[in-house]
Amino acid sequence: MNAELLAFIILAIIAIAAALGMLFSRSTVYSALFLVLNFGTVAVFYILLNAPFIAMAQVSVYAGAIMVLFLFVIMLLGTEALPPSRALPWQRPLAIVLAVILFAEAAYLLFIRRVAAGDVPQPIQAFGSPQGVGNALFASYLLPFEVTSVLLLIAMVGAIVLTIREKGK
Amino acid sequence: MVPVADYIGLSAILFTIGALGVLIRRNPLVIFMSIELMLNAANLAFVAFTRMYTALSMAGGGQPVYSGQIFVFFVMTVAAAEVAVGLALIVTIFRTKHSIDIDNLNSLKG
Repeated sequence: MNAELLAFIILAIIAIAAALGMLFSRSTVYSALFLVLNFGTVAVFYILLNAPFIAMAQVSVYAGAIMVLFLFVIMLLGTEALPPSRALPWQRPLAIVLAVILFAEAAYLLFIRRVAAGDVPQPIQAFGSPQGVGNALFASYLLPFEVTSVLLLIAMVGAIVLTIREKGK
Repeated sequence: MVPVADYIGLSAILFTIGALGVLIRRNPLVIFMSIELMLNAANLAFVAFTRMYTALSMAGGGQPVYSGQIFVFFVMTVAAAEVAVGLALIVTIFRTKHSIDIDNLNSLKG
């Protein structure tokens, strides 16, 4: 067992444990903090996979901006823990059965294709540099890049329109 | 090195946990976080396949391929826009109904 595989296994256990902690925490704040831990470990996976630019974007956009927005809304609404309400009795068992079916399908596809996806050669060290990503982004993907800026503008205007209070109401 | 299949398996596990979260939790904020977890699992699969494809391409004397990583960048942008609008919706619903339990959000029910 080499060092990279050992690091992968430890990080995978942390990522799965953080995801389960997010799922089963009673408090929403704990859920958000577990999700930050999960995003951090996934960022380390991106570095292991020759994608340092994506890793930095993950840390700053997901773990930084998006989760800060989540925590802000949780504390603004003051709904850290919802009072237990009358749940549908069959909801939880049915959800677990559906999740098991989904995972079984994925695992089945993974195992019947595993031979084809076996060992692959390591790409050269320069692959995944921010320079290469930037060149591809501004040469081949310039129009989609501009469209995302319009999308962000629409989201910004939409968020303001939804939450603004009109005078006199 | 770690085979790509291991990354895809981890991605499948994280996606399943996210789908389970959408199905069993009743707090819309946690449901939102589960959706983010699913998007993240898909991103991990994209980056893993990008490395595999580039390694195969470069072993055959080809160019590196960055399309997967750039798609992940776009997914992150869309996720940011989605979170901004979704949280604004949750704040608005909380103002009108003074509760965000999704069991109470059945005003449109026929």
